[in-house]
Amino acid sequence: MTGKDAYLKVENLTKKFGDFVALKDISLEVFEGEFVCFLGPSGCGKTTLLRAIAGLDIQSYGSVEQAGQDISGLPPSERDFGIVFQSYALFPNLTVKKNVAYGLENRKTPKADVDARVAELLQSVDLTDQGDKYPAQLSGGQQQRVALSRALATKPGLLLLDEPLSALDAKVRVRLRHEIKQLQLKLGITTIMVTHDQEEALTMADRIVVMNEGVIEQVGSPEDIYRRPANPFVADFVGTMNFLAGTAANQGRARLGGIDLATTNSLDDVKKGGAVTICIRPEDVTTRGVTPDTANAVPTVVDTLEFLGSFYRATLRAQGADGIVIRADFSINLIRDLNITEGQEFTIALPGEHIRVYGETFAHAEDVI
Amino acid sequence: MANATDTTPDQISAPAPVRLKISKEDWIMRGILAAIGLYLLVAIVLPLYALLSKGFQDKDGNFTGLDNFQEFFTTPALSQSVANSLTIASISTVIVVSLAFVYAYALTRSCMRFKSLFKGIALIPILMPSLLPAISLIFMFGKQGFLTFLLFGHEIYGPIGIVMGEVIYIFPHVLMIILIAMSMSDGRLYEASESLGASKMRTFFTVTLPGIRYGLVSAGFVAFTLIITDFGVPKVVGGQYNVLATDVYKQVVGRQDFEMGAVVSLVLLVPAVIAFAADRIIQRKQVAILTARAVPYAPQPSPTFDAIMTAFCVLIGTVIVGILGVALFASLVKFWPYNLSLTLANYDFSLRDGGGWDSYFNSIKMASWTAVIGTCVIFIGAWLVEKSKGFLVGRAAMQFLAMMPMAVPGLSLGLAYIFFFNHPDNPLGFLYHTLPILVICTITHFYTVSHLSAITALKQIDAEFESVSASLKVPFFKTFWRVTVPVCVPAILDISMYLFVNAMTTVSAVVFLYSPDTALASVAVLNMDDAGEQASAAAMGMMIVITAGGARLLHAFLTRGLAIRTQAWRKR
Repeated sequence: MTGKDAYLKVENLTKKFGDFVALKDISLEVFEGEFVCFLGPSGCGKTTLLRAIAGLDIQSYGSVEQAGQDISGLPPSERDFGIVFQSYALFPNLTVKKNVAYGLENRKTPKADVDARVAELLQSVDLTDQGDKYPAQLSGGQQQRVALSRALATKPGLLLLDEPLSALDAKVRVRLRHEIKQLQLKLGITTIMVTHDQEEALTMADRIVVMNEGVIEQVGSPEDIYRRPANPFVADFVGTMNFLAGTAANQGRARLGGIDLATTNSLDDVKKGGAVTICIRPEDVTTRGVTPDTANAVPTVVDTLEFLGSFYRATLRAQGADGIVIRADFSINLIRDLNITEGQEFTIALPGEHIRVYGETFAHAEDVI
Repeated sequence: MANATDTTPDQISAPAPVRLKISKEDWIMRGILAAIGLYLLVAIVLPLYALLSKGFQDKDGNFTGLDNFQEFFTTPALSQSVANSLTIASISTVIVVSLAFVYAYALTRSCMRFKSLFKGIALIPILMPSLLPAISLIFMFGKQGFLTFLLFGHEIYGPIGIVMGEVIYIFPHVLMIILIAMSMSDGRLYEASESLGASKMRTFFTVTLPGIRYGLVSAGFVAFTLIITDFGVPKVVGGQYNVLATDVYKQVVGRQDFEMGAVVSLVLLVPAVIAFAADRIIQRKQVAILTARAVPYAPQPSPTFDAIMTAFCVLIGTVIVGILGVALFASLVKFWPYNLSLTLANYDFSLRDGGGWDSYFNSIKMASWTAVIGTCVIFIGAWLVEKSKGFLVGRAAMQFLAMMPMAVPGLSLGLAYIFFFNHPDNPLGFLYHTLPILVICTITHFYTVSHLSAITALKQIDAEFESVSASLKVPFFKTFWRVTVPVCVPAILDISMYLFVNAMTTVSAVVFLYSPDTALASVAVLNMDDAGEQASAAAMGMMIVITAGGARLLHAFLTRGLAIRTQAWRKR
């Protein structure tokens, strides 16, 4: 994407509520046609950032630029965006058609054109036969799509979605997530979505902005965020991760208790013997064909096997590394083939290319308890 | 590929705060807010200031410090009123809160029949000027009353009559507050209490009472304030027993001593302000007892309990209907109690004091204008406070101004209007003695309750309508008109009904402000009673009750029709 100018440019943006700093010096670029997710726990500032971009709650410091124009201090009515709120904010006393037409009717568009545009929008969200109903007569998923049509009706340059799926049932959510993404691809509209649901972000976004306590922790593609989390917070927030306390050794190696591990990410900034956190995802732990001579082999005892439907999550106690517990995901097949049972001793490997080592100590919340 | 970066601290340049560009729409909204604020400034703040300064002046307008107050408290005839007012208000409050509590308990916690009928009967006194129940009491218990023997030689004129009149007059106000508190109970708590084996008595003291304690205290404060500031009941039935409210009237109308009138009305302001402040604090504490998952309480039938409750409600209901019935009957007979043949002669007001039928039509005109203008101004003001963006100082100031009228008794307000609008240097002096000043005064007098209902209704609609409209480039007034107003129509109807009924029945504020051309029905009741024309006073009182009752029926009819027409989109 280099060489392309950013469509939306946020620079050094800070938002204070009294003494509380909700956003600390945020800078971010979003490109034309991109689908960006702001992902983070509640209170991380993601919605505040979205509202600052919309002009609904203006930032204390910093600038926002859209399509080359400085919009930092403009009221929402002078900006170019469509928005869908968590509550949808559909006008209850207007029919679906009137809701969708609401922004069009004000632009002196001929009535026939308004009707045609409304029909087109309702068709694109599969609600053609619901046009004369009131919002209260629709299901949550249908209301959500009406809100989306209303936001898109005036062809804004930027679509803002504030937790648009969180009020829906799990199944409807999965279907709508796909539909919204398809619609966004078809229209090519630059979109920012706020969510606390990592699965939503991973499946929908071109790029994810992970936020925590008012700062951006990492920006990257879903693959980047999942495979190469920039720090333990991101590693912990997205997906499941083993956090193992170890120490730094020579040349990209780390020690886990008495076990020496080869890793692919270098630890130049950590002194030899310094405390590090060694991370590996449960699904990256390997067992098939592992012998004590395999690289990064760890002898373990199976503590518990937890049945999770399509796979088992095993809790493994490392031998020769006191108190180290590794969680690993084993398929049903694997359990059957290797006849793994609780209390059994067997050797696993932690492949170096899947290990992330961070030069800081970090305890996963569950482990602290 | 580094297309998004976290800036490192050394790159931060000294930040300049972002200045929000204020759109034309924002300026319009602020302009309207300022206009309504200015209205309240002229209608409540400046008159109060005039009243306050008058209390510290002698007859020639010289500042005399606390001299007037010293005179007030050292004149036994005057200072005795303070004690009398406090006594009456305390006794009546205890009685009315107790009765209303049992009545509300019957309506919400028993399985007795005819609940809506009993509720309707209990609300009748709202339709009366407070003079009317007092006049009825005289027909019942006065020298020629048919129930006088029940007083065992005591006189109705005096504390007994005032307490009885106030209890009847205040009953519906107190009942409504307690009913709301009672209806907010969570049925699951009762189930939990029962499953733990608690007795009925224990459940009452550990679940019921704690759940409504704020409601009860709030009801107590409201009752106390309404009673101590009420003027109608003691005026008619007080006899030689002086209270603060009648003293204000006597000083101003009887003795033309405006300075002492100002002093008494300032003294009257003190308990009202204290009660108001206390009530606000309590209201703030009473938040979110009821969670979204609460289950409404469903009473179980219990023959004995239901029978006792029915008997109690029949007793109270009979008293209220009796009061109304006696007033109606007395207005229709030739000469109570000697000639009980029916006649409409008492309704020929042209022969009486008080302005005749004109006063009735003036009242209707005044109440209609109050309802129409008041509803518009108050609803728009509440909307701007609740939904406009930015301008926090202006919105907070407006909220404060809107709360002020509640703390000011009607008599004090009316007197303050005399001082302010009748001042020779006031460019608004032309309003004095006109219908508009009566409308302004009445809207202001009942501003706070209406404002609070509007705020409550506005809080219930989605907070993001305005944001969505802005993003769609739809001007604010269009969304206000197409969405906010239709969604709030029930609340708007409630407010206009409240204003209309109160404008019909109020006496206290307007009694100082009418002129011969703008006499009002409620004032006519007062003047006819003063002149000994009790039957005609009762007749005019009945006209007010009929009109206010008609407005209520119309309101109920409109509300029901609206609910049917809009049931497609209203979730209830």
